[in-house]
Amino acid sequence: MIIRITINGRFIVRDVPPNRRLLDFLREDLGLKGTKYGCDQGECGACSVILNDKIVTSCIILMAQIPLNSTVLTIEGTDSVLQLIQEKFKEFGAAQCGACTTGMIMAATSLLHLNPNVNQEEIEEGLCGVLCRCTGYTKIYDAVKEAQKQL
Amino acid sequence: MAVGKRLKRKDADTKVTGEAPYAYDLSFADEHYLKVIRSPYAHAKILRVEIDYKQLESLGVVAGTAKDLPEKGKNVLHVIHDDWPLLAEKVVRHVGEPVVILVGSTLKITDEASKYVSIKYEVLPAVFDPVEAKDHPSIHIFEENNVCSYWQQKNGDIEKGFSESDIIIENEYRTPAQEHAYIETQGCIAVPQGHDSMTVYGSMQCPFYVQRCAAEVLGLEWSKVNIIQTTTGGAFGGKEDVPNQIGSLAAFGAWLVKKPVKFLLSREEDIETTSKRHPAVIRYKTGVTKEGELKAIKAEVFLNTGAYATLAPAVLYRAALHAAGPYRCENVDVQAYAVTTNLVPFGAFRGFGSPQVIFPGEEQMDRAAESIGMDPSDFRERHILKVGDKTTFGQILDQSVGLEETLHKAREQSNWYKRRKPTPTIAEVLEDQKKGKYRRKGIGIATIFYGCFLGAAGKIMSRSGAYVQVEPDGSVRFAVGTTEMGQGMITVLSQIVAEELGIEYEKVHMTPVDTSRVPDSGPTVASRATIMSGRALQDACEKLRALIYDKVALKYELDITNLEIKGYQIQEITSQKKILSVSDAIKLVYQERGQVAVAGWDVAPPTHYDNEKGQGDAYSAYAWCTNIIEVEVDSQIGTVDILNIWAAHDVGKAINPQTLEGQIEGGSLQGLGYGRYEEIVFTPEGRVLSNNLGTYLIPTTKETPNIHSIIVEDPWSDGPYGAKGIGEQPLMGIAPALTNAIANAVGIRLNTIPATPERVWAAIQEKIMEEVK
Repeated sequence: MIIRITINGRFIVRDVPPNRRLLDFLREDLGLKGTKYGCDQGECGACSVILNDKIVTSCIILMAQIPLNSTVLTIEGTDSVLQLIQEKFKEFGAAQCGACTTGMIMAATSLLHLNPNVNQEEIEEGLCGVLCRCTGYTKIYDAVKEAQKQL
Repeated sequence: MAVGKRLKRKDADTKVTGEAPYAYDLSFADEHYLKVIRSPYAHAKILRVEIDYKQLESLGVVAGTAKDLPEKGKNVLHVIHDDWPLLAEKVVRHVGEPVVILVGSTLKITDEASKYVSIKYEVLPAVFDPVEAKDHPSIHIFEENNVCSYWQQKNGDIEKGFSESDIIIENEYRTPAQEHAYIETQGCIAVPQGHDSMTVYGSMQCPFYVQRCAAEVLGLEWSKVNIIQTTTGGAFGGKEDVPNQIGSLAAFGAWLVKKPVKFLLSREEDIETTSKRHPAVIRYKTGVTKEGELKAIKAEVFLNTGAYATLAPAVLYRAALHAAGPYRCENVDVQAYAVTTNLVPFGAFRGFGSPQVIFPGEEQMDRAAESIGMDPSDFRERHILKVGDKTTFGQILDQSVGLEETLHKAREQSNWYKRRKPTPTIAEVLEDQKKGKYRRKGIGIATIFYGCFLGAAGKIMSRSGAYVQVEPDGSVRFAVGTTEMGQGMITVLSQIVAEELGIEYEKVHMTPVDTSRVPDSGPTVASRATIMSGRALQDACEKLRALIYDKVALKYELDITNLEIKGYQIQEITSQKKILSVSDAIKLVYQERGQVAVAGWDVAPPTHYDNEKGQGDAYSAYAWCTNIIEVEVDSQIGTVDILNIWAAHDVGKAINPQTLEGQIEGGSLQGLGYGRYEEIVFTPEGRVLSNNLGTYLIPTTKETPNIHSIIVEDPWSDGPYGAKGIGEQPLMGIAPALTNAIANAVGIRLNTIPATPERVWAAIQEKIMEEVK
């Protein structure tokens, strides 16, 4: 099938198998390896990207499920909220092993895009789809809250 | 300068952009993929392996069995005993054990090829419980009795201790298999360089283990096998010995097809077939007097080792040595056994055998305090080790015992005495339920110690190398043999190098770990990287400083013994006159053709342990911790919400308080997983049932309480800047602090973790039944 999609601001037309996963399309077809593999089942959230303003786990999205003329933002994208959160993750030591980091940053980006005034409970809700085994999430909260202040 | 500061992590820049290359991000020209055909049975004889080689050839797939190993190769993955084969040959001993490998140009092709491999088995009886497996009359997995390791701890006269006790508390406990659930699954890529050498890239903690195994499996000289660690996405012990298998299978595959071979595990394959925390059965008997004297501690420990010994002897040593806790007790008897069964081989996991004894040990301490009506924190305070005391295994502690300070600080910051309410009777719980009050708060405590580094059982590996090289631009590169897996080692070691050389932290960089750069530095385990690599780097930096001073003294006609580094400058000690910046001094060394690189080496301070006597100087140093946890329990349905964790840790010196807090926060939450949520469930046939992150649940943001890190610095004179270890102890005391808090909330005691709502509910019901009777 022919897919017309805007990825990180770049309009792309490609012929892809309809059962190609968005994760593989990004990593293998486009070489965007910042989106990470974690579980194949949409459970861990490491592969999270923003599809049409919503956070999704790209390992369980097939190309055929993606509406025409959709937009995708990945960790390689240019976006002021994304860049701010990346800076805060560095400042607060919110990345440890890094395997969940890009998924977590995308979830935080999506969260602050949708509502810059989220409270602690909403941050917990917004990030609960991404598993982190290293940080105990505490420094991640610090980073997100600080980014929020500077928006 | 650099040490003691919250400096930005060295690896953060590329991790927040996703550029940091993990094993699955690498690609090599003409790379091939490996698939493993595994045993579906827990215990079976392999009658024959039938491979349709014609069909495989048509698919371009090559198969490998134990028989196909190189002539000089050994079918053994060395860890401690040599009982673990690369590929099963005559018998399979656990579900998922590798029997055949298939290598092809895509995973899809190897999947297709697996149809042409048929293995005929004769199923044998299997055993899964360690108590049942010990001395089993007919099932022999490891030698005659299935006991692959035994350690004991003995002090005083245990019977006399019990005879002098007024109250004796005796219980049997069970702890679960815990999955590491690192977010990056296991993976290695083997790249042959001609027929006589091999390089293996991969996610791992212990590259030198992989070097030995890959070399032995292929029969190559160790100096022709090189291991390069890729960015490692979490490990927690799970990538200590497992990469021996993953890397060696990939290397065997690469040797077969003479091309780069990738072996990357899916999440399910990873959970089903790789190591986990040893499940355990632990029996405790504790004797106290009415006045609160701790008279006797007796423990019997059965670690379920799974099908192969792998690290069990070392894990068991730690279990045996930590079983009586950080207390003064004159009569102790610990008997510990590692018993093989037909489950997946269990292995290293943060805490390394100690969480299995700390949960019951700290439960016993609470029950003892309860039995004499003492506050559990006061009871502990009375018995905890202080400077000058002897541990229960006879080691005199001459310094750096910060346990009391952690206890005081945790108690103070948690407002312990105010929050701690009398434990209710079941009648009170029921009475409150009638009034519509179901939710009850409680607070619990655990005090623990951790023997830092490998200790006497692993002392042969307790050495580390380092290499430091200055560059003409004034920057510094260094190499060590210990690995970064997320814990922050690169950052902390860079701080040490910056401090030692008087160079800006920004100019110091670590090169990826590569076994050809420094000699075998032992494993990255046992909370040892900061200390061992730190000390080796200090050794190297001291030599390098002398080389720099030498050229400066010559050039400026100064007394070499009168030079020091301060504020990035070399200056005279007596006059405090600045001579030149360190960066300029490095340029000078280059101009003068001086030596610009040195190696450092470190050997851990001596330890020894006499297992006949059950006594010894077991570890070089000890880290200390007090955990306090506040919970809210629903007395009707058994759910437990965790409100607060106070985690006070004596680490000697916080080289980077931010990464240190990261360890405390992350370790605390992983410990909460162990105590409250996580349990690998096996089918009656010995297969892992909870094989993905949808059925094996780890804490998310929604289960995360407030974690209050409290840092205590009681320096250890042999540690770099006084530092001790921190990697593991944040996890260790969480489970008992949690169950002790649940006890305080609803008056029930748990002998099994995790404290699932089902277990808490059942324990409450049991109490109600007793009350009714």
